[in-house]
Amino acid sequence: MRLCVLGAGAVGRSVAELAPEYGHTVTALADSSSAVVDPDGLDVETALAHKDADEALGDASPGDALAAEFDVLVEATPTTLGDAEPGFSHLRAALERDRHVVLANKGPVAERYADVRELETDSAGEVYFEATVGGAIPVCATVDDLGAEHVSAVRGVLNGTANFVLSRMAAEGLDYDHVLAEAQDLGVAEADPSFDVEGTDAALKCVILANVLREADCDSLEELRAVEVSLADAEVEGIRDIPGSALELAAEDGRTVRLVGEATRDGVTVGPRLVPENGTLSVTGTRNIVEIDHEYAGGLAISGRGAGGEETASAVLADVARLE
Amino acid sequence: MPSESTPAPGEQPVGSGEASEDAAETDGGHETGLQAHTIRLELVDEPGQLLAALKPIADNGANLLSIFHERGSLTPRGRIPVEVDIECPPDRFEGILEDLRDRGVNVIQADAEEYGDEVTLVLVGHLVDTDLSDTLKNIQDCSEASVADIDLSAPAGAGSSAHSSARLRLRAHAGETASVIETVREVAAEKDIDVIAPLEGRR
Repeated sequence: MRLCVLGAGAVGRSVAELAPEYGHTVTALADSSSAVVDPDGLDVETALAHKDADEALGDASPGDALAAEFDVLVEATPTTLGDAEPGFSHLRAALERDRHVVLANKGPVAERYADVRELETDSAGEVYFEATVGGAIPVCATVDDLGAEHVSAVRGVLNGTANFVLSRMAAEGLDYDHVLAEAQDLGVAEADPSFDVEGTDAALKCVILANVLREADCDSLEELRAVEVSLADAEVEGIRDIPGSALELAAEDGRTVRLVGEATRDGVTVGPRLVPENGTLSVTGTRNIVEIDHEYAGGLAISGRGAGGEETASAVLADVARLE
Repeated sequence: MPSESTPAPGEQPVGSGEASEDAAETDGGHETGLQAHTIRLELVDEPGQLLAALKPIADNGANLLSIFHERGSLTPRGRIPVEVDIECPPDRFEGILEDLRDRGVNVIQADAEEYGDEVTLVLVGHLVDTDLSDTLKNIQDCSEASVADIDLSAPAGAGSSAHSSARLRLRAHAGETASVIETVREVAAEKDIDVIAPLEGRR
């Protein structure tokens, strides 16, 4: 497959670097300011070396990448809320050219799910978005394999930063501010961690899953449009106000606190929950876990790395393989 | 060709009148509105006594939850203590006790154990400064749950700007924990208290 990779952050660059190993060619690579395009396959290493030296990726402008020759658009620009731009326009441009789209950017499927499906209906291209939920963990593929119509709930620990903070607070009896500063030094938390610790990131993932579950009950685009959810519909609570004493009290009773997101047909909730200390959901550190409730299979759990360039790229490339 | 099916031997014919109305119905233990009870009995050490004690429970349509029967441990009067946990609609319990006594079974204690489920929560906020005992009272009044246990941790002391935490164990009617959690959230929100609850409605 010929890939056009938009976004040269951790995920975009890992996809570009790993593509040859998976048998694909990168024909375009762009970040927000420049692009490099070569219909015969570009030199990823050189382009990224330029970026590392604070130079342009190549001579082309970002818009040229979308107009280049490719089979699959890999949309790995930063997630934006509301109208999900510019990611949504990138997806539209590719589908209008009957090209496939693989999303690592959560915006389009979290905020405009029905719009995405409508564009897909009119296109010969398809849209996959495994990488938007749970990093390396194959959540969407598993729900799809099991039959979303038989899945009643998907819940889990879907934000590594929040989980690092909570599990370290519990293990060391430290306070939130101290652990957060530590996480920022380690590069686990960003300078502005609000997206993670306020639950927004986990909520976006759950919104995507709720859309997948609700879509399974819909026969038409109109029905989907009527039931689609977006971030605004989610009930979200973060972990910022949790004192160390709450984790101590939980531990005395054999429990701990995790930021758990849950997607059902009723909607999306994200918030700190009491879970058994040795239970399925009490993963530690930056690890994520997803639990699926299935009508016949019962409960299933998949744990793994929920973030990281190569980890998330593995999910992107798994989607690309589905399109072959 | 017969126009009506003939009931098999022992089967209740359909529409045979009051018998089916009166027949005790069990519900498989899933209906809410059931109450759990613990009955302590003393049985004479003779064959068939345990069976005699259990029959009124079955006849009145109660669900037998557990029997604790320790044959080796005798009371000073030489009887065998037995503890039976059952679940039945509230209006059936007195009938069961009556039947037991009619059969000469010695009922030592019969507790109406109102609460079948327990739920543990952690409250976070200015718990002491917002009158914790008033909060607990509101929780009990609004949720019909009873506070079984509370553990408070306020490391910075009352009056400080730091939040304190409390772990709360509530006894709730069977099957009502989700609505109890919901009520606690509402009551707590009035005082800006956050509630960390277990996952609701999880299988």
